[in-house]
Formats: sequence, C-alpha cells, structure tokens
Amino acid sequence: MAAQANALSLEELKEKGKVLRRQIIRMTTEAGSGHPSSSLSAVEVVNALWFGGFMKYDPQNPTWEGRDRFILSKGHAVPVLYAAMAEAGYFSVDDIMTLRKLGSPFEGHPNMKRLPGIEASTGSLGQGLSLGIGQALGARLNQNGSNVFVVIGDGEMGEGQVWEALAGAEKYKLGNLTAIIDQNGYQQTGATKDVLDFGSFEEKISSFGWHTQTIEGNCQESVVNALETASKITDRPKAIIAKTKKGYGILPVLEETGDSNYHGKPLSPELAEKALALLG
Amino acid sequence: MYLGEMSGLKIGQATRDAFGDALKDLGTQYPEIVTVDGDVGNSTRTEVFANAFPERAFNMGIAESNMVSVAGGLASTGKIPVVASFSAFLLCNAYDQIRMSIAFPNMNVKLVGTHAGISIGEDGPSQMGIEDVSLACSLPGMVVIVTADAVSTKAATAAMMEYEGPVYLRLGRPNVAEIYTEGDTFEIGKANTVREGDDVTIIANGLMVAGAVDAATKLAEDGISARVIDMHTVKPIDVDAIQKAARETGAIVVAEEHLAHGGLGSAVSMVVSQSNPVPMAYVNVGDCFAESGDPQGLLDKYGLTAAAIIDAVKKVK
Repeated sequence: MAAQANALSLEELKEKGKVLRRQIIRMTTEAGSGHPSSSLSAVEVVNALWFGGFMKYDPQNPTWEGRDRFILSKGHAVPVLYAAMAEAGYFSVDDIMTLRKLGSPFEGHPNMKRLPGIEASTGSLGQGLSLGIGQALGARLNQNGSNVFVVIGDGEMGEGQVWEALAGAEKYKLGNLTAIIDQNGYQQTGATKDVLDFGSFEEKISSFGWHTQTIEGNCQESVVNALETASKITDRPKAIIAKTKKGYGILPVLEETGDSNYHGKPLSPELAEKALALLG
Repeated sequence: MYLGEMSGLKIGQATRDAFGDALKDLGTQYPEIVTVDGDVGNSTRTEVFANAFPERAFNMGIAESNMVSVAGGLASTGKIPVVASFSAFLLCNAYDQIRMSIAFPNMNVKLVGTHAGISIGEDGPSQMGIEDVSLACSLPGMVVIVTADAVSTKAATAAMMEYEGPVYLRLGRPNVAEIYTEGDTFEIGKANTVREGDDVTIIANGLMVAGAVDAATKLAEDGISARVIDMHTVKPIDVDAIQKAARETGAIVVAEEHLAHGGLGSAVSMVVSQSNPVPMAYVNVGDCFAESGDPQGLLDKYGLTAAAIIDAVKKVK
C-alpha cells in the first residue's frame, strides 16, 4: 500500500483525530490505568503520520520490507498508537479495548513480539531514537527506501542516550530519519522546565547538525506542513519540535479535577463521559 | 608461567584475536553481518572485519547505550549486528539497552565482550568485566558463551551466527593455551570433556580450563583421577554433562574467572542441587574488585591457579 492511498484531507484528518482521542479515553478508562493525557498530546502527530500520507504501510502485511517504520519512544503513550493502528486496519476497535488486560497483546507499553506492526518494544525511556538509527541504517543497507519516524517525549530528553543518538544520527547523515519531540511541557512530577530544563530543543538539536522545525503540535495543519517540509530534506536527520499540551482536547475536564498534568491515570467513567461529550 | 604450561599445552592466540579473524572470514558467508562498535574496534578486533567490509561497520563512538540500541534497530531490519566492546562497558554501561533493545524483543544480536576477567592486568579494576556472565545470564533468552582458546572461539563465532537469537560471547585479552585442535566439535549448549577422570570433576570455562588441565595433571601424580569439562556455554547449561559428572565422579569443583555470584558456579550448583547433590567447591574471584598488576601476578593473588583448584578438589574428596 502506497502512502498516497491513505492520505486524508485536512478536514478528514481532524475528524480522525477526534476518533483517536475517543478511543484513547475509552480504552484507558476501560483498563482502569494508563496514560491518557500523555497520549492525547501526541494525537495530531500520530494522526498525520499514519493518515496524512507520510508513511507507507500495509496492515495486511505488517512485515512488508518496503514499509516505513514508526517508533513510539515515549512508550507510555501507546494508546494513541493502538487507536491509530486500529483505524488503519491492523486490528479491530474491540481488540484494543482489551488494553492492559491479562492475556491481551495490547500491553501497557508497546511489545513488538506480541503485536505485529509494532516496530519497537519501548517503555524504558531514551532508547527509541537509537533504535530508529539502527532501522534507518538497515534501510540504507537494504536500499528499500524505508523511512523511520520516532516520537520522543520532552521529559524523555533528559536521558543521555538521546543525545548520544542525536550525534550518531548526524554522523551517518540519516536523511531517512525523522524525530518528533512531543513537547507537552509536563512529566510525571511536574513541569519539565522545573524538573530538568534543557532550554531550547531547536537550538540544541540544530547545533548537532539536524534540520529542525518548531511548530504548534496540536494544530493539525502545522503538523502536516512540518512533515511535508521534513520529507523534502534527505541529506541529514530531521527533528520536529511539536509544542503540545498534555491532555489536549479534553483540557477543561482535566482542569476541573485540579490536576491538569493528570499523569499516568485514567479518567473515571464519569469524567470519561464528560470528556467524550466535550469531543463531540 | 601461563595456565596450561605445566601440562605441556602450547600458548596460542588470545580469544579476542581468534574472534576478529573468524568474524572477517564469516563476513562473506553472511552478508547480513554488520559490526557496531564503541570506538574500541582495535582492541576488540572487530577492526579486522571493518577493514574488509567498511560499509558494514559502524563506529558509534564512546556511547555504549546508543551503540547497543542501534544494534537492536539494525537487527529488526534483518541484519546480524555484532556489538563489541570491553565486557565491563558493554554489560554494565548498557545493561538496560541490552535488556530492552535486545533481550526483551529477542533480537538476533551478537554481543561480544572482550577484556573479561582480571587477566587484562595493568589497566585495573575499572576495565575488568568480572560480573558480566552473571548479568548476561540474568536476561531471559540470552545465550552465554565463554570460550577457552582460539580454536573454540573461532568455532563459537561461527556457531553464534548459525544460531538465531541474542548471544553474549565473553572473550579475554591475553594469549591463552591451546586446548583444542582444528576440527574439534563445538556445539552451543554442549560441554566438551577435555580430559576423562573418575574421582572428581573440574568444570571450568575461559582460561580456567587450562588451569583445570594443569590441576588434573598434578592430581594424577597423587593418584586422583580428575575429569575436566569445558562448560563453554553457561546458558543454556549442559544439564546432562553435569548430572553425569556428579553421578560418575561424586564431587565437583567449578573454576571461572568471574565473581562468585551468578556465574558458572551458580549455574552448575543449581543443576547439582536439584538432581545429584554431591560435595562442591568453587574457584573464582570471590566477592571483591581486583587491582592493577601484571596478569600472572593477579591470577596468583586472586587465587585463579591450578594450585587453588587442587586445594578445592581436596576439600571435596
């Protein structure tokens, strides 16, 4: 299946984004645990990649060699990935509602051994970009035109390995590698700028020789445009710093709870109902 | 005086040298092999491969975490990455990456830790991998191999390419005695009986196999017939060979260039205790970090000698 075949228009993408948000809320509330707010901030990024025509994939043949690869380095946000893959046709919506249940391959963090189509087992933060380098180098050696996309959390940028990888990707001029930093500004115990502040990601990452863009990451059009721009850069690795909001789409509901960070906990059935109503 | 000399064994190549030569030779047969290095390729000897296949060699710099995960990514594209560094840095620095990027997804990556043990000598304890076998064995699905000499290292290098799945191969820095001759069999998970004996069994790996042969030679003079088993694969361990040794010789000594906990001794005793409890004794580095010094002096000081093995045998016989 070629990329063009699954490219939605901007309006269609926005509708699809609502579907993803609804599934994130439903599956985490059903599971009784999980990270809905961390998943919600990444919706526009994941949505554009999977449905905006930027990735080649075939749900009927998940191991197709020419496929592009998506790595969710911030593995705790996996509900957004399960929701997108269900929409893409890898499995059914009923399947993903078994999230985190004993026996379900829809584990709390991505497990590639149990779920075809998942390209990396993540959950210990900091490793996704390095795995992406390996896959990008492999694609280069295999000459299959495969591109690699890695979504990283801003709190995750505290891991030293990410900075090793930033230098490593540049060394090999990996023009088939795109990193998207979901800068939602919060991590487990508070604001990222208070916990461990790295200042401007754009400044730092571009100083490593990467092509960089900073965008409004919850604006679907901005994400599409940024991926379009990145797709034309082929002589070096590319980073998109997506400024997002944790819990985007249902913020008023989260704010009502007095904890707008809302890290690592599901919405109660009552709150979920409110959130779903808000999404329309 | 090197381990094995007392028994007339000839000194041969270091296991890392044998690995480097073997890897280059295998490069043609396996076009999927790539190397991923942490800027010590001239020490680990992956540079022999890198010189022959430069487009398949990736030096990721002094960045072991990234190095290991990059290998995991390469494996998921069908490559057979060989990741080589000093065992201490590979296992200890990048353990979480080995766990999450390789062991958990069961990637076909070959981890090669050189400069293992205290016999690296003068560079001192920061460079000595003496807990690596324990760490590697702790990971589900990881095959762990510790070779004794050049011939078996070449065979092990070939065998791990044939095998599909994660492997840790532990190698040493110094030249070591020749235990095997070209053509001797090497099978992952199948121990080799280096010397037959009926009174006691010495199970060893790495350079302690040569030490065990020396001990057996000396013990024979005292009328004690010691069997010597090269347990080159610590995981999966050869249960049959251990049970047979316990049954037929009634006492076991385990010798290894590793800490007391979690290495070959632990693996053997777990088998013995469950099926054929017999007296056992252990020769290893104990529970301490070593120090700088000449390799032979270190082996003597920390009790990795034929004499130490003989003492251990006398405890159980």
